[in-house]
Amino acid sequence: MFLFLARRLFQAAMVMLTVALIAFALFQYVGDPVANMVGQDTSVADREKLKQDLGLNDPIIVQFGHFVQNASKGEFGQSYRLRKPVKELIAERFPATLELSIISAILALLVGIPMGVYTALHPKSWVSQGFMTLSLIGISLPTFLIGIFLILFFGVILQWLPTFGRGEVVDLGWWTTGFLSKSGWQSLIMPAITLAIFQMTLIVRLIRAEMLEVLRSDYIKFARARGLHERSISFSHALKNTLVPVITIIGLQIGSLIAFAIITESVFQWPGMGLLFIQAIEEVDIPIMSAYLLLIALVFVIINLLVDILYYSIDPRLRMN
Amino acid sequence: MSIKSLLTTNVSILALTIATTVALTMPVQAKTFKYAFQGDAQSLDPHSLNETFTLGLLGNVYEPLIDYDKDMKKIPGLATKWEATSPTTWAFELRKGVKFHNGNPFTADDVIFTWKRMLSEGSDQKARAALIKDIKKVDDFHIIVETPVPNPTVLNEMTQMYVMDKEWAEKHNAVKSSSPKDAGRDGSYATTHENGTGPFIVESRQPDVKTVLVRYKDHWNKDIATNIDRVEFTPIKQAATRVAALLSGQIDLVFPVPVQDWNRLTKAPSVKALNGPEARTIFLGMDQSRDELLHSSVKGKNPFKDVRVRKAFAHAINLDAIKKAIMRGASTPSGLMWAPQIQGYNAASNTPYKYDPETSKKLLKEAGYPDGFTVTMDCPNNRYVNDEKICQAVASMLAKVGVKIDLLAQPKSKYFAKVLAQGGYDTSFYLLGWTPASMDVYNVFNSLIVCQNKEKKAGSFNLGNYCNKKVDELTKIIASETDVAKRQAAIDEAAKIIQDEVGYLPLHQQPLSWGVRDGVKVAQRADNVLDYRDVVMP
Amino acid sequence: MGDFWRRFFDSDLWWSFKSSPLVVIAFSITVIIVFSSIFATFVAPYNPFDLAQFDLMDSLKPPAWMEGGTSQFFLGTDDQGRDVLSTILYGSRVSLLVGFMSVFFAMVIGIIVGLIAGYSGGWVDALLMRIADVQLSFPAILIALLVDGIVRGLLPKGSHDDLAVYVLIVAIALSFWVQYARTVRSSTMIERTKEYVQAAQVIGLPQPLILFRHILPNVMGPVLVIATIQLALAVITEATLSFLGVGVPPTSPSLGTLIRVGNDYLFSGEWWITVFPGAALVILVLAVNILGDWLRDALNPKLR
Repeated sequence: MFLFLARRLFQAAMVMLTVALIAFALFQYVGDPVANMVGQDTSVADREKLKQDLGLNDPIIVQFGHFVQNASKGEFGQSYRLRKPVKELIAERFPATLELSIISAILALLVGIPMGVYTALHPKSWVSQGFMTLSLIGISLPTFLIGIFLILFFGVILQWLPTFGRGEVVDLGWWTTGFLSKSGWQSLIMPAITLAIFQMTLIVRLIRAEMLEVLRSDYIKFARARGLHERSISFSHALKNTLVPVITIIGLQIGSLIAFAIITESVFQWPGMGLLFIQAIEEVDIPIMSAYLLLIALVFVIINLLVDILYYSIDPRLRMN
Repeated sequence: MSIKSLLTTNVSILALTIATTVALTMPVQAKTFKYAFQGDAQSLDPHSLNETFTLGLLGNVYEPLIDYDKDMKKIPGLATKWEATSPTTWAFELRKGVKFHNGNPFTADDVIFTWKRMLSEGSDQKARAALIKDIKKVDDFHIIVETPVPNPTVLNEMTQMYVMDKEWAEKHNAVKSSSPKDAGRDGSYATTHENGTGPFIVESRQPDVKTVLVRYKDHWNKDIATNIDRVEFTPIKQAATRVAALLSGQIDLVFPVPVQDWNRLTKAPSVKALNGPEARTIFLGMDQSRDELLHSSVKGKNPFKDVRVRKAFAHAINLDAIKKAIMRGASTPSGLMWAPQIQGYNAASNTPYKYDPETSKKLLKEAGYPDGFTVTMDCPNNRYVNDEKICQAVASMLAKVGVKIDLLAQPKSKYFAKVLAQGGYDTSFYLLGWTPASMDVYNVFNSLIVCQNKEKKAGSFNLGNYCNKKVDELTKIIASETDVAKRQAAIDEAAKIIQDEVGYLPLHQQPLSWGVRDGVKVAQRADNVLDYRDVVMP
Repeated sequence: MGDFWRRFFDSDLWWSFKSSPLVVIAFSITVIIVFSSIFATFVAPYNPFDLAQFDLMDSLKPPAWMEGGTSQFFLGTDDQGRDVLSTILYGSRVSLLVGFMSVFFAMVIGIIVGLIAGYSGGWVDALLMRIADVQLSFPAILIALLVDGIVRGLLPKGSHDDLAVYVLIVAIALSFWVQYARTVRSSTMIERTKEYVQAAQVIGLPQPLILFRHILPNVMGPVLVIATIQLALAVITEATLSFLGVGVPPTSPSLGTLIRVGNDYLFSGEWWITVFPGAALVILVLAVNILGDWLRDALNPKLR
């Protein structure tokens, strides 16, 4: 186990180095960072000087070297646009994103798993057909349309829910949370639903597809023959055996929830990392982009490590090796 | 009914509880004003970024010697009186009894310090500060300002010079303007802290999320109109979300509002759209200097060097259709490169080109392009009001006279990286907008109209390098002539030349577009600045 | 040939197709949409990509049955005066091309990587999966900017426009393949331990044959689920990328671009600019997914 973890740790470091290298190769195509840092009247010479001072004229490999050197000391530079250390900015924004992704993931699982199991057990019923169709509408509408429709209906017409932001936030010193105030929860509802809809569709359909197969496999037939209770068969045997692909996808989805809830966060002006990131792309805020991509690489490495470990604890067939 | 009465009871109990709690902590009628803009101020340092919104917000916290009122007329700020003692010197009398937010008194030393700070490395206000050669202290409340040459616009420029406390800056190691490169390090104290003399104090700030300001009780001016005690500013990036925040009653004022949403705001109860002309002129520019266009089907020559082609373009564009269909009747079609609010504007010279596609076709034929040609048009898609839509409309109009446009619409950071000097002016045909920060026409001439000249830092934004020696001569007069009539004659003459040879294709002044909750009174300034001094809550 | 059709009509596939009206409807809709967009030039009343053919003064006309609408523009016009119906037909062509091609390429890359990684294990698996991790860290937006930048750098000026669509396909395929790879890998790891694979190994079948003939059909279930869903995602992603100036220009809008542009007019009451293209997308995605579900169930050896 120790060897396994050590190996994965080394691999993680390589992944992050590669991500940083690609990131720096990419930044030259994103636009001119200086144009956003100065006023329209600023002279060409002053712009050029600023570029020089920021080291943006150095070859990519040199910029990459500086970045890695500083990053290894835990130093990620300062945001060009917000003029604040990137570390602080990410620490400020991370709680908002994590709370949103956790709630929407829970929502998606709580609704998606039962729906998936039901549609697999009763594939021909009209309710199942309804579930399947409905779930598709959720993904074929673009996220920003869903978000804006929710805002229009619950925010503007009914005026039940706040339309933007995170509500009242309680600062615990190391973490800011919206879970401790009423307006915090209210603000969370619409973005969480918007994010959950997409995840849900995927979960419902994957579980249904996998369960349909497993239910007809030999060992379920054996279980039936042994006279096991039908519910126990569906949940403890069948569902458990469908979980490997489902967990793989859920892992990836949670990763992208944390990383790229960009559209949802901008529609609801949710002060999380997705919003920070999309604005960094638009304004060519290279320090934020590079630190952020590195963080995302870390998130995916960790999630995929957890998923790989989970495989072995869930699927008895894999344990045999 | 019963539910409603139940609600009212609950609400009144709640209100009572809140009222008692509030009464203990702050004055009873504390009024909070909440507003949203599409972005955030980038810094609290008034010298580190010369950008309208940042300076506009900081104008409530810091003050200049000369200020603008709501009609953009110059009024006394931290100076009470000024007069020209010679063509290049101005005598200022400073206001007595003014205190910075930390209690320090305001004196002539702070003004001189501010000017020097604006010249320091890292400042984005260097060009503005360089308009002044020296500031001499007579005594604590009298100074003499010297300009290197006679300069009719220096007073306008001074409205953007915000005075900072010398002692405070020295104490916090902030004597040099902060710059993006030293953010978060020593010398960046003023980026995140302020100490001005303005009527509002920054109470808390989380960039991009929320900034809270409170009223400064010891402000020198007891006559300002506002009755607000607290301001909450939230950046909201998406236009739809911004409008929804206003419609749902969570926010008192939002800007900008998409012009197509005005109708909705007008129909909705309890909110209204507030619109007026902005001083920003939107125009098209053509590469008139290269011998062959970078992005065109025409090889070996540059069609834009032929005045007939430029004229053909001018007559092919239907400004009124753009105004009606895309700007919802809210733009002001323009024949000039500067707006009516700009010092030096003369309505008599403002004659937009006539829409006449037949003439266009004829001119193109004469110029040797009977079947038109293809040219790439560069266009931002998140910078000006409906920019991408305007470009599409122009492309469609030009198609009707035979010119095929390849439209490259990009976000502003990619667009500017391509078309500005840093990208080597890599464009053949482009859309750009310009507001002279000084509100004077000279800025337009020097930035957009004179021939490109790197040494003199002139014509840097003349991306297509329109170049006419006579206009350059006239610009020199505009720069230094203090006799208003003579200066105006030079402006008018230059305007005529530019129009006759179609140096540019002005389109329109775009509208200011704010949405306000009913009962909230605000003044919509032509430079799109929200001055809290004019905000009155019900 | 006659022999083929006879066998086809005798097959289980045809029988299960015939017996489900929903599938027949879905199939017809897909065929209609695909064909009418391929032949948009003949079907559409106007050519919205020809800038000289429409007029700004016709802009924002409501659908024909509403007040102010004209029979000239059955589904109304957009902000530039383009006929919405024609634009949907022409725009679907771009969207379908980008959607199907990018999902197909992503699927092919993902399946190959996933099979190899899951079957081989060890360092090959580790290497491929860490490459996948790198890939996951970059959103489609950044990948598109990178691909576009490189393409522009390599090719002479002016050739960009013709290549825009391919840049989109490559960029979207590159950001989508990981989901398939990780799913196929996880299923392959399970299949590998089963008797039939071990039997195949014992009799010495070549590896590629084992992978594609024997394992692949058994891991296709989740792959098809992801593919049918990603089709919609690809169309929407394409719209986002067009905004960045990477994709097709606004003068030849895709379905996704139409929805994005129409988004600006949701509050102002000109709902038809978004709602019709949106509905077209929803219907297409529904139809493709129903077909996908059916195909998966009908082809799956385990369900027969």
